[in-house]
Amino acid sequence: MAEEKFVDNPDTALTVNDDDIDAAIAKYPFLVVDCWAEWCGPCKMLGPIIESLAGKLQGEIVFAKLDVESNPQTSSKYGIRSIPNLLVFKNGQKVGDIVGAMPEDKLMERINGFK
Amino acid sequence: MYDTIIIGSGPAGLTAGIYASRANMKTLMIASAFNPSLITTTDMVENYPGFPDGITGFELIDLFTKQAKKFGLEIVEKDVSTVTKTAEGWEVSAGGETYRSLALIIATGTEYAHLNVPGEEELTGRGVSYCATCDGPFYRDSRVVVVGGGDTAVQEALFLTRFASEVIIIHRRDRLRATAILQERASAHEKIRFEWNAVVEKITGDTAVKGIVLQDVNDPDRKKTLEVEGVFVFTGYIPNTSFLKGIVDLDDVGYIRVDENMSTSAPGVFACGDCTKKLLRQVVTACGDGATAAFAAEQYISDLKGTSYGSWNKP
Repeated sequence: MAEEKFVDNPDTALTVNDDDIDAAIAKYPFLVVDCWAEWCGPCKMLGPIIESLAGKLQGEIVFAKLDVESNPQTSSKYGIRSIPNLLVFKNGQKVGDIVGAMPEDKLMERINGFK
Repeated sequence: MYDTIIIGSGPAGLTAGIYASRANMKTLMIASAFNPSLITTTDMVENYPGFPDGITGFELIDLFTKQAKKFGLEIVEKDVSTVTKTAEGWEVSAGGETYRSLALIIATGTEYAHLNVPGEEELTGRGVSYCATCDGPFYRDSRVVVVGGGDTAVQEALFLTRFASEVIIIHRRDRLRATAILQERASAHEKIRFEWNAVVEKITGDTAVKGIVLQDVNDPDRKKTLEVEGVFVFTGYIPNTSFLKGIVDLDDVGYIRVDENMSTSAPGVFACGDCTKKLLRQVVTACGDGATAAFAAEQYISDLKGTSYGSWNKP
């Protein structure tokens, strides 16, 4: 199942969960995981921006979404205390996180800072 | 060229949008791309008429938006950088685009004030929060503090009791400013306790909030350290009006001065809702202001064009 889900160079944001996030971190050299929840208004504003970036940066950066409500292990493992929260992974390691909603150009700037 | 451009998408802006669109004015709403109306982060609105069981801020805004779109309101999501006077009217630059209109309605609201103490910025998102509805569920069985004593602070403290084991309200005075019913609920709540006459001196923690140091307002040498995992800040508001400096008359804090018709000091620029200088900042007063602003803008445009959009005084 994991092989099917984690295709090479996806052009949309993938969905990850507590069970398969590690497989995604291992597979993609540059992965950004958008941790969100249904109850969070700002998360809903960030969602379309993440989709847009997933298309624009295809082949360069992989984006994924994780619903914190149904995946408490990931929230606790990475000490998430505020959403939206983007976890940035490079070569299998967490290199940083970006907290809060922001416009696409600003978010792109922040993500580029991790390159 | 639009008749009117509304900047802001909270209750004031959306009500202006409903009235302006329904009066067949060519209207554009520029909604912030990343700063949603503060009401969307409010867990429960209990004092807006028509909803006897209360409604969440998010749902209320959703309903306002649907109603405005029904009358043809056009909405773009961009962040406004500048507003400029032109020979014909006004020019608004937002997210790389330029929009023109005869009249402007400013409904940009406010954002939460920060404490400006050591640790606050570094630990934002790591225990320091300005949105209890967004972040409250991460504090299950934790001890948290709420800083502030107004309606928002107390309402959010009550919301946080659903998750936290203990909620401590820190207030700089010896009694709350919040409305009576909220005060009663907070005082009666077994999970809530108070630290009176106290201000936050600093927030401590490395990668996450570990505690706070309080200072007694009457005796600054008296300090108190509390071990907490979350610090929720609701101490006040700052109007989102910095892009209007030099364009319309603002008070010392930045609130827009308006007359009873919601006219600002600049001809053709109207303002409504929380960003204006007023006594009571609530959804219901924002809506009233928004309707007045749209009507005043319509009159202004009719005078400019020498036409009328029809009767307003009918339902």
